[in-house]
Amino acid sequence: MIRLVDIRKSYTTRVGAVSVLDGVNLTVEPGERIGILGRNGAGKSTLIRLISGAELPTAGVVERGMSVSWPLAFGGAFQGSLTGFDNLRFICRIYGVDPAEHEAFVSDFSELGIYLNEPVKSYSSGMRARLAFAISMVIEFDCFLIDEIIAVGDSTFHGKCMVELFEKRADRAKIIVSHHTNYIRQHCTRAAVLSGGKLHHYENLEEAFAFYAEAPAPALQAA
Amino acid sequence: MMTARATSASGSFRQAWTIQLRVIWALLLRESLTRYGRHNIGFLWLFVEPMLFTLGVTAIWSALKSVHGSSLPIVAFAITGYSSVLLWRNMPSRCVGALEPNLSLLYHRNVKVLDIFISRLLLEAAGATISFVALSVFFMGIGWLSPPEDVLQVAGGWCMIAWFGASLAVLLGAWSEESELVEKLWHPLAYLLFPLSGAGFLVDVLPTKAQEMVLLLPMVHGVEYVREGYFGSQITAHYNMAYMAAWNFALTWFALLMARKVGRTVVPQ
Repeated sequence: MIRLVDIRKSYTTRVGAVSVLDGVNLTVEPGERIGILGRNGAGKSTLIRLISGAELPTAGVVERGMSVSWPLAFGGAFQGSLTGFDNLRFICRIYGVDPAEHEAFVSDFSELGIYLNEPVKSYSSGMRARLAFAISMVIEFDCFLIDEIIAVGDSTFHGKCMVELFEKRADRAKIIVSHHTNYIRQHCTRAAVLSGGKLHHYENLEEAFAFYAEAPAPALQAA
Repeated sequence: MMTARATSASGSFRQAWTIQLRVIWALLLRESLTRYGRHNIGFLWLFVEPMLFTLGVTAIWSALKSVHGSSLPIVAFAITGYSSVLLWRNMPSRCVGALEPNLSLLYHRNVKVLDIFISRLLLEAAGATISFVALSVFFMGIGWLSPPEDVLQVAGGWCMIAWFGASLAVLLGAWSEESELVEKLWHPLAYLLFPLSGAGFLVDVLPTKAQEMVLLLPMVHGVEYVREGYFGSQITAHYNMAYMAAWNFALTWFALLMARKVGRTVVPQ
């Protein structure tokens, strides 16, 4: 189980501290699929980073009773001057996984072939996305954090990603952050809306969508 | 199928320690690949580069018949002196601004700010040490340098200089994330400290007033201590290792505080 208790997060700006999350509570049970909706700047990515533990909250507690992935849509901390395989090895070493066992999978899944031995800086953004997703699937987690994954590659590759994530790993918990209601409707069992620094929970997906449609865009000016 | 699953965040101290070692090792390999690559001599550059520096300085000092006020051969003088400078000066230089290009790594929960610094420090210390030992052995082999009189003292002094460099490096590295001034000021400071650091002179030859001034600098004590270990009875060394240790402890304390402060506020990118 993952539990967020009264999470607050503020950032320092030139006009003083700005509160992004102001008392967020969330509980995720094993296998649950939760969608978090929010407009641009509502704090979705901040929330995902806090859940992953990449960033610490200003106040509040994050309890991780199960293993939690890094935010999936992100590039996977690639070093441009290293090859695709080097980057795979680095991620594997960090998580204590034997890279040799997974080279075949990454090669097969990403369809990058000989380019896996070339520096990542020579990749197109689509190729990078393929590599990032393939590497993400090498490390197994109880809960996957998914930040706007829709943009991954062409439609065939996107389909492959969806199979890997939602069919082969159907038993894992997922927290999906998006501003597309359709995507949440397709993949989630419940949804919450991030607005005004609070997370509004709804048992029913459609209720969440209705609230989201009405939710005001976040005020990016200092109060 | 579940075997590869990452361990949950809660764990014993022992587990945390294992994870941290794993992360530092991964960062170290990554850093050495990024810096040296697989081309030409690859990671041998780790110590060939500082060796070239030291050899160059040795050659210049020999050609200029550098006056250092003792009967020591210039080669011996340059190797002990310049190697020590490389040791304490390169560590901060590698850590200032080190976080910025590595911010995306922090997306992986187990990668901490301090790990990024430690991996760089280990590489830097290894490079300077291998260079120092290899050059010493080489010049001993051709008879230009006598073996150190007290190897343990040399090693002890070397470790003290490394500790000084490492704590200064973490302090400045973390601080540079908070203020751009650190990077701007470090370069001139490092350059100006070099002639004062004891690399190019023996404290003993200075006037008493100047000795007092220069001995305020902690690294001077380390260099003098290393030289005494190396040349023993041939020179009169001036040092107070307790004074240097006090500096090192203070720097380490502030360095860890600063690293923790930055670790709490840093935003992965």
